[in-house]
Amino acid sequence: MAIGWYLTVSALIFCIGAAGVLTRRNPLVILLCLELMLNAANLSLIAFSRMWGREDGQVFALIVMVVAACEVTVGLGLIVAIYRRQLPIDVDELNELQG
Amino acid sequence: MSPTTFGWLILLCPLVGTVVIALDFEVFKDRVSGWIGTSAIALSFAFSVAAFIALENHSPSDRQFTSTLWNYAVTGGLDAKLSVLVDPLSVFMVLVVSGVSTLIHLYSVTYMTADRGFNRYFAYLNFFVFSMLLLVLAGNFVLLIVGWAFVGAASYLLISFWYRRTTATRAGLKAFVINVVGDVGLVLGTFFIFKHTGTVDFAKTFKLAPQVFPHNSTDITVGCLLLLVGAFAKSAQFPLHTWLPDAMEGPTPVSALIHAATMVTAGVYLIARMHPLFEQSTTAEDVGAIGGCITLLLAASVALVMVDIKRVIAYSTMSQIGYMIMAVSAGAYSAGLFHLMTHAFFKALLFMAAGSVIGAMAGSQSLDRMGGFRKALPFTFACFVIGGLTLSGLPPFSGWLSKDDIIGFLDNRGGLFLVLGIAAYVGAFMTGIYTFRMIFRTFFREPVEEARELEHGHLHHAEVPTNPMTGEEEDTDVGFPGPGHYIAEREMPMKVAMGTLALLAVIGGVVQIPGVDNGIERFLEPTFADSHLKEPSTSSAWIGLVVGALIALAAIGVAYRLWVARPEIPVMLRERFPGVHRFLSNAWYIDDVIDIVIVRPALWSGRVAESVIERIVISGGITGGTVGVIRAGSAAVRRWQTGFLRYYAAAMIVALAGVALYFLISST
Repeated sequence: MAIGWYLTVSALIFCIGAAGVLTRRNPLVILLCLELMLNAANLSLIAFSRMWGREDGQVFALIVMVVAACEVTVGLGLIVAIYRRQLPIDVDELNELQG
Repeated sequence: MSPTTFGWLILLCPLVGTVVIALDFEVFKDRVSGWIGTSAIALSFAFSVAAFIALENHSPSDRQFTSTLWNYAVTGGLDAKLSVLVDPLSVFMVLVVSGVSTLIHLYSVTYMTADRGFNRYFAYLNFFVFSMLLLVLAGNFVLLIVGWAFVGAASYLLISFWYRRTTATRAGLKAFVINVVGDVGLVLGTFFIFKHTGTVDFAKTFKLAPQVFPHNSTDITVGCLLLLVGAFAKSAQFPLHTWLPDAMEGPTPVSALIHAATMVTAGVYLIARMHPLFEQSTTAEDVGAIGGCITLLLAASVALVMVDIKRVIAYSTMSQIGYMIMAVSAGAYSAGLFHLMTHAFFKALLFMAAGSVIGAMAGSQSLDRMGGFRKALPFTFACFVIGGLTLSGLPPFSGWLSKDDIIGFLDNRGGLFLVLGIAAYVGAFMTGIYTFRMIFRTFFREPVEEARELEHGHLHHAEVPTNPMTGEEEDTDVGFPGPGHYIAEREMPMKVAMGTLALLAVIGGVVQIPGVDNGIERFLEPTFADSHLKEPSTSSAWIGLVVGALIALAAIGVAYRLWVARPEIPVMLRERFPGVHRFLSNAWYIDDVIDIVIVRPALWSGRVAESVIERIVISGGITGGTVGVIRAGSAAVRRWQTGFLRYYAAAMIVALAGVALYFLISST
C-alpha cells in the first residue's frame, strides 16, 4: 500500500484534533483532542518507519506515547484542581492571565 | 629625641583633644571641655618649644629634618607620603600658632561659658589648631593641601558657629566658597610644579627648582601665580578678600585666633615656604607685592569709616597681612615673618579687648553707641591702647620694629619696590588714624549709659539679645550666642590671656632689633640661605625705623585732633564729601562688582541650565522620549495577551503551519 494513504489519514486525524482544540470549551475534550493530534503524528512516524524498513520511527512513537501519558497526567491533575476550587470547567472563563 | 618626634607630638595633642571632646560632648559639664582643649594646645606649645631647643642643638647647616610615618601612594611618578618637615621656618610657625592658640583657648574658656555650644566650640577650635599645625608642618604638597582644606573647613564651621543666625551661615558659605577658589589655585599650581620636578616633596622640589625651571619660564610663572591665588584667598587679599569682614559673624575669640592671628597668615607662610620657586619668577613676585600693597591701602582706607568695631579690626587685619604678603613677595622673608609674629600678638590682643568691650555692651558692636569706657574698663583700656600703639607702629612697641623692617627692606630694594614702600608709609599713616579713631570713640568722650552703669558695678545685660548686624531678636538657646556676657576685669582667664599678649606685644620686638641681635633673621637663616636677596644694612634699617615712628606719631596726633579735640571735623568732612564716604563705607564697592561680574552671570547660567537644558532637553527629550517609546511598544504587544487559550493555540498552529509551508515551498 502506498504511503500516501497513511499520511492522508494521519493528516485528517491531526486536523480533527486541531479543530477540536481550537473550538471546544471543555478542558477534558481539549485533552482528548490533543491525544488525537499526538496519535496522528505517531501514525505518520510508524508509516515512515515501515517505508524505510527501520525501527527508529517505532521507537519515536513509543516515546511520544510516554510523553502523552505524562501530559494527560498533568492535564487531568489541573482539571481536578480546577474542579476542587469550584471554578468553572470552561477554558473561556479561565482568562484572567492577560495583559 | 629628634626634632621630628616633637613634630609628630605637636600634631598629636590637638588631634586627641578634638576626638576626646567631640566624642564626650554629652558627658562634659561646665568648663571641663574648655580646660581639656586648652591643656591639649598648651602641651602642643610645650612640644614646640622642645622642638625649637632640639633644633638649636644642631649646627645651622643641618637643621632640616623630614620624617615619614607611612606612604599614601608611592609609584613610578608620584611620592605622596605622610611626612612632616621640621626646619626653622616650620618651628617658628608652630611656636606662634600653638602659643597664641593656647592663650585664645584660655580666653574662650570664660568668654564662651554661657553658650550652649561650649563643647562643640572647643572641639572645633582644637580641630582648627590641628589643621593649622598640619599645614605648617606638612613635608610635601599633598599634606599641605590637606591641611589647607582642613583649615578652610574649620573656619567655615566656626564662622557659622551660631548657626541659627542667617547672617552667620551666609558669611560661612561666602568664606568657604572663596577659600575653595584658593584651594583650586593651590592644587593647579602644584600640578605645574610637579609636572617639571616629578616630586611633591618640599626638600626635593626646592633643590630641583633652580635646575628644572629656567628663570622666568612660563610654567614657573603660571605655577607661582596659581599658588598666589591660593595664598590670596586664604589671606584675604584683593580681590579675594571680601569674606574676611563678613567672617566677623563668628565668636570674637574665633576672630582673634583664625581671622587675625593664624589662618589668614597661611598665605604668608605659603609664599615664604615656596620662596625658591617664587625667586625664579619675577612676575609672580611683582604680582604678589602689588596685590599686597593694593590690599593694605584698600583695607586701611575702609577701616577709617567702618562703624562696627570688629569690622574695623578685620579690615586692619587685611591691611597688616597686605604688609606681610608684600614683604615675603619682595623677598623680605624674615621681616615678613617677624611681622606675622608681632601681628599675631597685638591683633589677638585687640580682638580680645574688643570682645571685652562687646561684653560690656551686651553684644552691641557699633562704635556709634560706644564711648567713655576708660574708667569702667581700665584693664581692657590698657590692653587696647597697648595693642593700638603696637599696631600703629610707635616705638618701642614690637609692631614698630616689624613693620618698619618690611618697609626698610622695600625702600632698599628700589625700583618698583620703592614705590610700594612709599605706599606702605601712606598705609601706616592711615593705620595710626583708624586705630586711634577706634580707641578714642570707644574709651574717650562722654561715657554712655552702659559705661556709667559699669562704673557703679552693674554689667549691662540686654533685655532682648539681638543680632548686632541685623537687629533681629535672638533666642539664647542652642545655635545662638549665650545669654551671659563677660568682661576681662572680672574674669581671671581672660585677664591672664590678655595680659600675656600685651606683654608680648610690648617686648616681642626685642628678638629682632637691627644691628643689636637680629634673632629671627639668624634663626630663619638656614631656611632662606638659598635666597639671593640680602637684608638691608643696619643704618638704612634704622632710617626706616625713625621715619616709621614719625609717621605713627603724626597719625596719632591727627586722630586725637579729629576725634577728641575737634569732634565736629569728622562730621563736617563726611557732609562735605558724601561720595567718598559712601565709596569707603561700601568697601570700594568690590562686593558689588563681584556680584555683577561673577555671581549674577553664574546665577543666570544656572537658571538657563535648569529651565532649558534640564527641563526640556534632559527631562523632556531624553528621559521622556525613552519612556514614550517603551510605553507605546508595550501597549502594542499587550493586546496579544488576551488570556484565551484558543487564541494561543491558534497562533501556534498558524505559525507552525507557516514555517512548514515555508520549508515545503523552499525545498522544491
